[in-house]
Amino acid sequence: MILRLQTTKIGKIRFASHRDIAKVWERSLRRAEIPLVYSEGFSPRPKIAFGLALPTGAESVCEYLDFHLDDQKYETSNISSLPEVLTRILPEGIAITGMVKMQSKYISLQQSVTSTVWSIEVKENIEYVNKWVKTVLDSEELVIERTRKGKQVVDDIRPYIRDVKSEENTLLGRTTIQTELSTQPRSLRPSEFLAAAEPNLTMVRLRRLKQFIDTEDDQIDPLDLGDSLNFDLELCSP
Amino acid sequence: MSTIWETLEGYLDQVEKPARYIGLEEGAQKPPHDESNVAWLLTYPDVYEVGLPNQGLQILYEILNESPIAEAERAYAPWVDLEKVMRAEHIPLFSVDTHRPANEFDVIAFNLSSELVYTNLINCLDLANVPLMSSERSGGHPLIGAGGHCVYNPEPLADIVDFFALGDGEEVVSDITEVVHQFKSAKNGLQRRQELLLALSKIEGVYVPSMYEPTYHENGAQVLKPISDEVPELIEKRTIVDLEEWAYPKEQLVPITEVVHDRLNVEVFRGCTRGCRFCQAGMITRPVRERSDEQVRTMIQSGLKRTGYDEVALTSLSTADYSGIRDVVEETMADPVNCGQVSISLPSLRVDAFTVDIAASIQNARRTGLTFAPEAGTWRMRQVINKLIREEDLYGAVESAFSQGWRRMKLYFLIGLPTETDEDTLGIARLAANCVAIGKRYTSAASVTVSVGGFVPKPFTPFQWFGQNTLEELNRKVHMLKDEVRKTKGVKLKWHDPKATLVEGILSRGDRRLGEVLKSVWSSGGTFQEWSEYFNLDLWTSAMEKAGLDYEWYAYRHRNLEEPLPWDHLDAGLYKDFLWQEWRDALEEKGLEDCRWTPCYDCGACTGYGLDHVVASTSPPVGGSQGTWQDLDSGSFAPQLLQITSKAR
Repeated sequence: MILRLQTTKIGKIRFASHRDIAKVWERSLRRAEIPLVYSEGFSPRPKIAFGLALPTGAESVCEYLDFHLDDQKYETSNISSLPEVLTRILPEGIAITGMVKMQSKYISLQQSVTSTVWSIEVKENIEYVNKWVKTVLDSEELVIERTRKGKQVVDDIRPYIRDVKSEENTLLGRTTIQTELSTQPRSLRPSEFLAAAEPNLTMVRLRRLKQFIDTEDDQIDPLDLGDSLNFDLELCSP
Repeated sequence: MSTIWETLEGYLDQVEKPARYIGLEEGAQKPPHDESNVAWLLTYPDVYEVGLPNQGLQILYEILNESPIAEAERAYAPWVDLEKVMRAEHIPLFSVDTHRPANEFDVIAFNLSSELVYTNLINCLDLANVPLMSSERSGGHPLIGAGGHCVYNPEPLADIVDFFALGDGEEVVSDITEVVHQFKSAKNGLQRRQELLLALSKIEGVYVPSMYEPTYHENGAQVLKPISDEVPELIEKRTIVDLEEWAYPKEQLVPITEVVHDRLNVEVFRGCTRGCRFCQAGMITRPVRERSDEQVRTMIQSGLKRTGYDEVALTSLSTADYSGIRDVVEETMADPVNCGQVSISLPSLRVDAFTVDIAASIQNARRTGLTFAPEAGTWRMRQVINKLIREEDLYGAVESAFSQGWRRMKLYFLIGLPTETDEDTLGIARLAANCVAIGKRYTSAASVTVSVGGFVPKPFTPFQWFGQNTLEELNRKVHMLKDEVRKTKGVKLKWHDPKATLVEGILSRGDRRLGEVLKSVWSSGGTFQEWSEYFNLDLWTSAMEKAGLDYEWYAYRHRNLEEPLPWDHLDAGLYKDFLWQEWRDALEEKGLEDCRWTPCYDCGACTGYGLDHVVASTSPPVGGSQGTWQDLDSGSFAPQLLQITSKAR
């Protein structure tokens, strides 16, 4: 059975890299005695697939992973307690907030997610940021230069920017930007977004709020692609 | 209680691998910060990835946190990028558990496993806003302690560190806590620093350097005298009698981010009786104390289950000597709970075919590389160092490995050993070439990596009187080997920088006068000296010159029996006349038996303490005693003298 989990990554744990978290998951699933299907071949690996990498240092309330449960070795009635059991084992700051069952044929997270919504706290004040946002939204193209596989490439990132809103953070005189950025054909990083227009903004905190999959007439959540399980899940609040 | 997290987190985006500063490991503790407790900050003076797996530190972390009057947290040296931020933003050294500033702890205790980290210790104190010199600290400052193998000659740090703990730490750490707690509970007790230090000096195994005054012998050698009758003249190391009673760590830390030795570690025994004369670890950790195989199995089982690791290392010196090795390995591999997904590693392997068979039975799929340490290139040289591996033992092991699917072999050697000739040095290349030739019979991809390190004489070994090879001599030997190795395809050579070997040699047998040198190297930016990109010999030589000290005198000079040694006031359990006899025997190329299976030759480790080697089985390990001359089935290489002894038994 393939399960898709939704998790958080909040607090100190945000400084663990995507690769670190992948290893944490492997060990945590073993500790929870959740048997996984292993890949064939010379050096078998458990079948776990992670979604779009989250930049190290960023928080999230919407991380996803899919893993292949070995039904032969697992009492399926235990599934309902799985989110709670795993949350207890996982490091502080990672909690399971959703779980669905996937069909045996499904499109991977990496391929299916089309955009992500970010909350970006920047040092600059609201007036400053609003001017910046206007420049970005009024531009027909926003060309940035970046290094890819050791080569300088030029990219127009304007088409990736779907929506930008700003809100004043009165306490510190800072501003929180909420933006939806496309992840296809490549993922636009929030740091690239902030560098889109001069003068650049200074990021202090970053959180991923939502991951979306475009359908013909709507946007759905990665959990919507699975089937809900037929019992009450003991989910954890973030 | 205070925490620097709020400040720190704003900068972690700017540094490499920030996960090493967040704690959160499985098994990490968040002590309550009870004002009446003795708070320890266990500090490893190197980066997190290197320090976290340290088993000694983890053992003490657990023991202290189990105590009702102590609490312990951990700290590691911040990498250079974070250090820069910390200095600019006035962030002090902190614990990774609760991000509490280091100077709020009662004791900051360092693990010293290499001489080259000494300047990092100083840097950590400075980052902690603690005065560097013991004499500059008073009641309000933490006590600075240290333990680990380097404290068998702690003199270079004697003016900096308040106390050193010699030997096994399991028991002494509670004794120290007890004393500090008494002072802490008394009104203004901690203000009576001198009294506290005196009380600490009376604990068995604790050396308080400020209670001893140095004078210098006519040739310049340091002699220490206690400053009062209350202070012991000789400080004996601590030894736990039964390892079985100390099944630590019970909750090994599982880091979030990758570290070295990232696996479950189970210590199967402590001590070693092989008697390799260059090996300080083998000498100072005697006697042998094994865990029962039952306890080892339980620790493996519960450890794998608790941590989620899929690899377990059995740790000790020469692990194949463990009496229960075969049973433990077979049962772990066969345990259905592990579903065939668990691998075992034996980091310290003996050179023989039996060992390879064990290795073959545990490495299910990935046969990438295997490491052996013949240590010297000729039988003559190996007799001198008492590593009595015959050439056919090595070839047997190598043949066995290549025939069972391994393709890469790594061989460790020392250069600059006592009495070494060029023939001995070149013997290293000859052995490696022969190993490749054996491998080519099985696979065209056969390769052998030869790793050579310059020999540094260590305190409490038979070679403590030996003048280390000069920098020039070691460089010459490395070049000679490079030229020789080039002749054989399939042999690669790696070597430890002889410049670093020189600094290790200065400190290894150094005295109190080197404290100034350490401070001056540190103040000219000389931290992370064990990292080749930061090591800088010039800092050391100019600091020596500035202090009016001659590094050749410290490192290159042979000592004689009459000369006082800077560690004469310390006792590692070994009789000095035993070590001296071993030194003489080494020069005469005479080997010495492994006393586990032969009568005691009275080195002092057991006799002095009323102890005995504790073994899980009294019979020699499965497969005989390969790797020593005692395996005499084809004993044409065994020296005459030894054959006679063995017939007489």
